[in-house]
Amino acid sequence: MTEPQSPDPQPATGVSRRGLLGASAGAALAGAAVGFGGGYATRASAAPVSEAAPATAQASLDASIPFRGEHQAGIVTPAQDRMHFVALDVVTKDRARLVDLLKKWTRAAERMTAGAEAAPGGVVGGGPYGVPQDTGEAYGLSASGLTVTIGFGPSLFDDRFGLADRRPAALQELPPFRGDDLDPARSGGDLCIQACANDPQVAVHAVRNLVRLGFGVVSVRWSQLGFGRTSSTSTSQATPRNLFGFKDGTRNIKAEETQAVDEFVWVAPSDVPGAASWMAGGTYLVARRIRMHIEVWDRTNLREQEATIGRTKAVGAPLGKEQEFDEPDFAKQGADSQPAIPVDAHVRLAHADNLNGVRILRRGYNFTDGSDGVGHLDAGLFFLAFVRDPGKQFVPMQRALAEKDVLNEYIEHNGSALFACPPGVREGGYWGDALFA
Amino acid sequence: MSLARTTTALTGAAGLLALAACTSSGGTSGTASSSATAGGPIAVQATDSQCGVATATAPAGTITFQVQNTGSTVTEFYVYGAGDRIVGEVENITPGLSRELKVEITEPGTFTTACKPGMVGDGIRAAFTVTGTAQPGSADQKVGKAIADYQAYVAEQSTELVAGTEAFVAAVKAGDVAKAKSLYTPARQPWERIEPVAESFGDLDPKIDGREDVVEEGLPFTGYHRLEKDLWVDGLKPDSSAIADQLLADVKTVAEKATAVDFTALSIANGAKELLDEVATTKITGEEERYSHTDLADMKANLQGSQSALEVLRPVISERQADLASALDQAFTTISQALDAFQKGTDYAPLTDLTPDQVKDLTVRLDALSEQVAQVPAVVEAGAGGTPTS
Repeated sequence: MTEPQSPDPQPATGVSRRGLLGASAGAALAGAAVGFGGGYATRASAAPVSEAAPATAQASLDASIPFRGEHQAGIVTPAQDRMHFVALDVVTKDRARLVDLLKKWTRAAERMTAGAEAAPGGVVGGGPYGVPQDTGEAYGLSASGLTVTIGFGPSLFDDRFGLADRRPAALQELPPFRGDDLDPARSGGDLCIQACANDPQVAVHAVRNLVRLGFGVVSVRWSQLGFGRTSSTSTSQATPRNLFGFKDGTRNIKAEETQAVDEFVWVAPSDVPGAASWMAGGTYLVARRIRMHIEVWDRTNLREQEATIGRTKAVGAPLGKEQEFDEPDFAKQGADSQPAIPVDAHVRLAHADNLNGVRILRRGYNFTDGSDGVGHLDAGLFFLAFVRDPGKQFVPMQRALAEKDVLNEYIEHNGSALFACPPGVREGGYWGDALFA
Repeated sequence: MSLARTTTALTGAAGLLALAACTSSGGTSGTASSSATAGGPIAVQATDSQCGVATATAPAGTITFQVQNTGSTVTEFYVYGAGDRIVGEVENITPGLSRELKVEITEPGTFTTACKPGMVGDGIRAAFTVTGTAQPGSADQKVGKAIADYQAYVAEQSTELVAGTEAFVAAVKAGDVAKAKSLYTPARQPWERIEPVAESFGDLDPKIDGREDVVEEGLPFTGYHRLEKDLWVDGLKPDSSAIADQLLADVKTVAEKATAVDFTALSIANGAKELLDEVATTKITGEEERYSHTDLADMKANLQGSQSALEVLRPVISERQADLASALDQAFTTISQALDAFQKGTDYAPLTDLTPDQVKDLTVRLDALSEQVAQVPAVVEAGAGGTPTS
C-alpha cells in the first residue's frame, strides 16, 4: 500500500466545474479544466485500509482506498472480491481529446473511489430536464474498497498520438504461446480500466461511468467481469480458491514483501531511461482469459487433480508437505520413488526456483460468462499479473507452463493483452500526465 | 417519446425562464468579484460538522458565497433548488482553502444551502431565502427567436413533405415502379427531419410510418412502408393505389398540424435528441427500411433535422455553455463525414452493404454525438427546472 500524500494546503486551481447553467460559466471555466488540485476525503480522513484497524469486517469491506499516491491503487491493494475490467480502443486521432478524457477520468474516478457520485449532484442534481451525470446504480452504496487502475496498450504508441518514442522497451506485444487459442475480440486494446471493489455493483458503476465519459474518444473493445478473487495480495488475506477448487496464489507476492514488490512489480527509473521515464513507478499488467474445461476437470479423480496442481486440495500444502505455506520440496520422492511433486505439475513449473528466481504479482478473478452453446459453462480464470518486465517474468513463466504443464489438458488461453500502468497520480496531476507532458 | 407529451408538460415553460444560475470560479479569499451582492459576499464557515452561512436571506440577482473550509476534510458547498436540483456548487475545497461560489437567482423563493464534508451524504443543510426579482439573463430573451425560427423550419419541411409525397404517390398510382422507388427516399426525407414532431399526432404515425410487425393489432399495414414492401418485394397490389391516396391524405393532415405546434426551447432540444435516438434504435439496425435498405438516407435526414433544431438554439447554447456548442459542431462533423463516405450520387449505399466494422464505426460516432446532444435540454431549459420551493 502506498502512503498517501500529505494534504497540499494550496492547490493550484480548483473551482466548480459545473458550467451547466450559467451565462458566464463558459468563460469562468475556461481556465479551470486542469483543476485537480487537492485531494478528496479519504486522504485526509482515512488511513489506507491495510494499515487501519477497522472496527468490523464490514467496515473494512466498505472502506475507501486512497486514489492518489506514488503508485496506482488496485495493484498491491489487498485484492477485493469483485472486478470489472474493460479494454478500450481510442477512436479519435486528436491527442488533446485523449488528454482531456484522462483528466475527466481522474476526477470521476477519484470521486467514485471516495464513495461519491461521479460528478457533484450527479444523480439528481441536474434537475428534471438534465441528463444525470452519474448513472446512479451505486447511489447510497459505500466506497466498497473501489480501486480504479488504468493502463496503456502497445498500440497506443503507434503514430496517432506522437507517443512512439515514449514507448518503454518492455512494452512489446506478448509472443504466441503453445496452445493459445486467442480471440481478437477478447485481446489487445489501446487502454484498459481495471475496477475492483467488494461490491460488484460499485465496480461496474465505475467502469460504466468512465466509459460514458469517453464516448467519441474511446470505445469498449472487450469487457470481463470477475466474481471472486483468485489471489491474495496481502498476508492479511486468506488464500482463495479458483474454479478447479484449489487454493490459488499461495506463493503470490504480498504487499508486505516490500523488497519483492520493488524487485518484481514496480518499474525502476533505471529500467526506463530517456523518453520512457514517465513509466518509472509504474508496472505492466498482463491479462489472460483462461477458459477452464471445468466439466472435464470435475470428472478427474482427486489424486490426479492433486498431481496436476502439485498441492493437496483441502489444505493447499505442496505434495509431500503438511501445511499450505510449507516450502515445496521438488527433490523429495514419494513411496513410488517418483518425485512427490510430479515433473509436470503446475506448482513446479511456475515456481520461482525453477524460473531463475522470477516471481510475479497475480491478481486474477474467477469468471463464468454464460454457456459455450454446447451445454457447458464458459468458465475460467481471468488471469491478471503485474510485473516489472513482462519479457523477463511473464513470458518465460508462460513458456514453461505452455510447454509442459499437465494443466493444459483442462485449460486454454483465449484472450490476451498487455498494458503499461503508469505510476500513481500525484497531487494536482492526472492519469498518465507524465506520458503526455 | 412524442413531442406532444413534452409539449404538454411544459406548456408555458418557455416564458418562465426566470431562474438562471451560474457557478463561477474563485480563488482564495479576497478575490471576490465586483458583481457580488450589495452586502458583499456571504461568508460560509465549513467545518467537519457545521455549515455556518452568515445570512440566510439575500435579494434576487447574483449572490456570492465565500466558503472557507476550517475543517479537516475536503468539502463541497451546494445551493439547491426544489428536488435537490443544483443551482450552483463548488467542489474540492481542501482544508484551509477558501473558495467563491456565485449563483444567479432572479425569482424569489426558498432554497437550500449545504456543506458536504467528505463529499458524500446529504450534507449539512439549511434553508436560504431569496427575496424580490431581478432581470433574467439575455439568453432567456433569445429563446423566443429560437422558437420562431424552428416553427419556420417545420413549416418548410412540411411543405416539402407534402410535395414529395404527392410525386411519390402519383408514381405509385401510375404503376411506375422504377420511378416510385426513386421518389420514395426523397419523399421521406422531410418526414425524417421533423420526425419527433410528425410522429406526435396519435393515430397518424402508425398509419403513415408503421412497420408491419409493430402495427397495433386490428390495424391494417398501411403507409410508406407498406408501399416500400410492394415496390421492393411483392410488386404493386390491387389496393396499392388506395393505400397511396390514404398516405397522401394523412401526410397533408400531419403537415397542417405540424405548423400549429407550440414549441418550447425544451421541446425543440428534446426533439433533436429523439432524432438521434431514432437513428440508434431503428436506422442503424436496419429495422426502418427493411425492404429498400435505404436506412442511411434516413439517417442523414435524422441528423440534418437534429442539427437544424440545435442550430436555432445555438444563440442560447452559445451564451450559456459555449464549449457545448463547439463540441456539438465537432460531433456532427465527425459523423457526417463517415456517413457521406457511403454516398453515391444523390443516394446512399444500402445499409446491407456495410461491414460490421463500418456499422460499429458509425455507432461509435453516433454515441459521441448523442452524449453531447443529451446535454442540450438542461442547458436551454436552465430556468424551468429550478422553480424554487416555497
